[in-house]
Amino acid sequence: MTNPLTLYDRPNSYIGHSVPRPDARRLSEGRGRFVDDKVLPRMVHAAFVRSDMAHARITSIDISDAKNSPGVIAVWTGADLAPHVEPYVGVLSHLAGLRSAPQMPLADDVARWQGEPLAMIVATSRALAEDAVALVTVEYEELPAACDMETALDPDAPVIHQEFGSNLAWERTVDVGDTKAAFSRTDVTLVERELRFGRHTGVTLEARAAIADFDPSEDHLTFHYSGQAPHMMQFIFAKHLGLAEENVRIIAEDVGGSFGIKIHTYGDEIATAIASRLLKRPVKFVADRHESFLTDIHARDHVVHGKMAVTQDGQIAALAFDDVTGIGPFSMYPRTSAIEANQVLNLTGAPYDIENYHARARVVFQNKNMMCQYRAVGHPIAMAICDGLLEDAAAAIGLDPVEIRRRNLMRDDSYPRASASGMKLDDLSHQKALERLVDMMRYEALREDQARLRNEGVFRGIGFCSMVEVTNPSPMFYGIGGAPIASQDGATIRLDAGGGIQVSSSVTEQGQGTNTILAQIAADIFGVDLDRVRIKTGDTEVTPYGGGTWASRGAGIGGEAMLQAAVALKEQVLDVAAVILQAKPDDLDIKAGKITDTDGTERMDLSDLARTVYYRGNELPSDLKPELIATRHYRVTDFPFVFTNGAMAAHVEVDTDTGIIRVLDFWAVEDCGRVLNPLLVDEQIRGGVVQGIGGALYEECLYSEDGQMLNTTMADYLVPMSAEMPDIHVAHIETPTKTSVLGAKGAGEAGTGGAPGAILNAVNDALRPLNSSLWQMPMTPERVLKALGKV
Amino acid sequence: MKAPDFDYQSPETLEAALALLADADGMAEPLAGGQSLMPMMNFRLAAPETLVDLNGIPGLSGVAIEDSWVAIGATTRYCDLEDDKEVIEAVPLIAKVLPHIAHAAIRNRGTIGGSIALADPAAEMPAVLLALGGEVVLQSASARRTVKADDFFLGIYETVREPEELVVAVRLPKAKPHDRFGFHEIVRRHGDYAMAGCIVAADATLAGVRVAFFGVGDRPLRAERAEDALAGSDGGPAALHAAVAALSDLECDGDVSTSADTKRHLAGVALKRAFSELTA
Repeated sequence: MTNPLTLYDRPNSYIGHSVPRPDARRLSEGRGRFVDDKVLPRMVHAAFVRSDMAHARITSIDISDAKNSPGVIAVWTGADLAPHVEPYVGVLSHLAGLRSAPQMPLADDVARWQGEPLAMIVATSRALAEDAVALVTVEYEELPAACDMETALDPDAPVIHQEFGSNLAWERTVDVGDTKAAFSRTDVTLVERELRFGRHTGVTLEARAAIADFDPSEDHLTFHYSGQAPHMMQFIFAKHLGLAEENVRIIAEDVGGSFGIKIHTYGDEIATAIASRLLKRPVKFVADRHESFLTDIHARDHVVHGKMAVTQDGQIAALAFDDVTGIGPFSMYPRTSAIEANQVLNLTGAPYDIENYHARARVVFQNKNMMCQYRAVGHPIAMAICDGLLEDAAAAIGLDPVEIRRRNLMRDDSYPRASASGMKLDDLSHQKALERLVDMMRYEALREDQARLRNEGVFRGIGFCSMVEVTNPSPMFYGIGGAPIASQDGATIRLDAGGGIQVSSSVTEQGQGTNTILAQIAADIFGVDLDRVRIKTGDTEVTPYGGGTWASRGAGIGGEAMLQAAVALKEQVLDVAAVILQAKPDDLDIKAGKITDTDGTERMDLSDLARTVYYRGNELPSDLKPELIATRHYRVTDFPFVFTNGAMAAHVEVDTDTGIIRVLDFWAVEDCGRVLNPLLVDEQIRGGVVQGIGGALYEECLYSEDGQMLNTTMADYLVPMSAEMPDIHVAHIETPTKTSVLGAKGAGEAGTGGAPGAILNAVNDALRPLNSSLWQMPMTPERVLKALGKV
Repeated sequence: MKAPDFDYQSPETLEAALALLADADGMAEPLAGGQSLMPMMNFRLAAPETLVDLNGIPGLSGVAIEDSWVAIGATTRYCDLEDDKEVIEAVPLIAKVLPHIAHAAIRNRGTIGGSIALADPAAEMPAVLLALGGEVVLQSASARRTVKADDFFLGIYETVREPEELVVAVRLPKAKPHDRFGFHEIVRRHGDYAMAGCIVAADATLAGVRVAFFGVGDRPLRAERAEDALAGSDGGPAALHAAVAALSDLECDGDVSTSADTKRHLAGVALKRAFSELTA
């Protein structure tokens, strides 16, 4: 769906049109300002000595040779930095019972995961710092490690934090209706599966990067950072380095992808800030790809035992599952590592009318890198559990997978309502989305092709996923639990003397087009051409205070604040114009940078108005004090989250000799409410689907039994590449959310949330005639061959 | 991920390059396309004291077509071979294989000599050399020798090349009129190192058939028992089945995501597919 602005559209009607990104040319001409592009006077470079062991007592660290290595300015161990930082603990009060131990930027006496930073080298170049890293000798006393999350709760498992007595970080159970009774009914068919979701990671094009620039004369830290949530980081640096919050400035200009990776507290980044403070000069740390794989948060890593009962006419009688997820040795700070499991409990089965629902999740400490929130937190697990079991059940009772959805999806006219787990839902369109999907994929014809090809020994499968996505979160997500994470965002819009507008917002841009959306809304609502809008995001010193970009909230929350600010500025400007033009504000409008009558007749240029206000205020009545600037903030109030929905389908071919799965086509119909920019929304859906396919087929952080990550290069860790990607056909249903004027819900995570379930179902549809099935992601050739009994 | 400090030398003659290698006591590495060496240095898996850059030496790249052999200079880049009609006519297998070697950007830099000298067991070109029964020309400051492909590869990244020797040329036999070639590699993504790959080189009667695998063991492997099963056969399903069965003793090694047993299974699949694609 593309919908470019044409001559026939109302001037400045950018909302809803495929406006190209204003920053595309700058970035494509290599004029991006990513952290590693920045060179500050007297800047030095950090590298880290990292633990080789998954679990070991550090008996000694010999840094003497490193200190004497050329170019080295400082070498510090955990003990050296400890006095300069307050430890941090990744718990939140609304996740009752969640526990985690205090974390320090560098491990002190015990290393608890391979890759944990142990010592920091600062040198005049990164290469010289790495030379010195090689000269540090660490003596370890190896401790028994709990690497496998499935055995980490065993009574004889090594306990990572002795004070807790076990490796259980958090546990929650949801119990609705009576699943036990439903499962024991004699008129239902049961399916039961063990689903395994591999550990993978975000693989941002730009690695984590930071420059800390501490100025002792003002006790002020400027932190240039590649990340998503500047104000959250401002709080974290202030609190844990003992600085006044206003004395910490976070700057996140261009960011080369984040996907949830860059929204956490990483020891190496905290250490970089401490180093700058100690050295009184800028310190840069840019993770290399090996460090990224080893230390960027990992995601997923779930083993789920799931069970579903359906009646003979295909009604879901009950759904139950038990989820175990491994999070590494600590819960990540400040968002915690329990949110994903919590999402799995909250979201599983959310598209369907389910009365009996039982779900338990256990979040387990283990000696591996930490797991935390990554794009579509919990969604792919939740969707694959329910939709995987649903299609399994459909096959068991001989019902078509589309038909079983028709019989169970929540009706489009049944909202507002709640899901089985108690999530408040409104403005969803599962039925419409499914019918649109079936239509656009030519389902009947596809099934005929499938049957014909099976006779020729070609095994193709079609799989579906009906899904929801959590977007536009309210304070109920983090703030309620004590996290320093704003759920409201602000936008400021200012008319300058030249007639252009300056816009700033607390939501941030990581490549998804946030700034484009903000510019579209500002230009459209206020009434100027897009090229008269300058956007500033990602700087705590100059933007309004807010949460940043995560949980698909940039357009829905940041966009609504932008809309409200633009409306407010327009009112101000029309009040002034009415005085100057001796007209009524209601009879005036702003179009293409001109004050006009409502019929479009031009009355004066915006710059004339602004110059009058700024330069020649003497021409205005003395009681008229226009500011020509407006700020508005917005948060979602009536719902914890604004849910979106979608229906997706995958068409795959399984090579039963090699086990290789080829995705032939993918279709996504999704409802993100009002589509602000079809091009950007389609990009988000497609990009999300590709990451979902990555998790389903390719991406996995492989560890040895003793906790060594085995594939820390782009040659060994497979990300989805364009050559293997199918055409991804996208369509939209637009059911605006009633929570805002703009009506936009989020769109950033739907593809990642829904694609794995659809791929799983398609693969199992292909394997079904061979009496095989596979329930482990990624679905690698070897796993397919094992499922087929060929190896 | 920054390379440790090293000296860089850019000799203008082969003699000068060989002298640098001879004097380095094993602490120098020749640099050709750099597509493997540079990442290995950045990972600090390789830390040569001196890089001897071969790219400025005239005569080390280019192709000479002889009566029954094609001699390819060591620093000849893949992209140049892809565009060379005479080479493709003389060694048609090359045209089948080259598009599968990594990606265009890598083929623009990567060289045939570099690939042979590195001896990555998952790389295509060493297996081409082995399947065709080619030769490697090695030269040191004091001697020149030619080694048959069957004797060249010893193990993972290990060959008979001495540190002071350079691979100066790769010699491949010209295809005879009725020769046929099959190539198949099993990859999860286009351009990846193969999970298993197979090359079959056959004459009209299958009498002298050669079968080579890559990506399954510690070096490119010839499957002599499979060759015996095919040699002189009609090439029908029974012979092919026997050839696949004869892979039971192929020296397969697992990697991070694929076990040795799966590799052996995939080797059989690759053999069947390569065989079915035998064309002149």
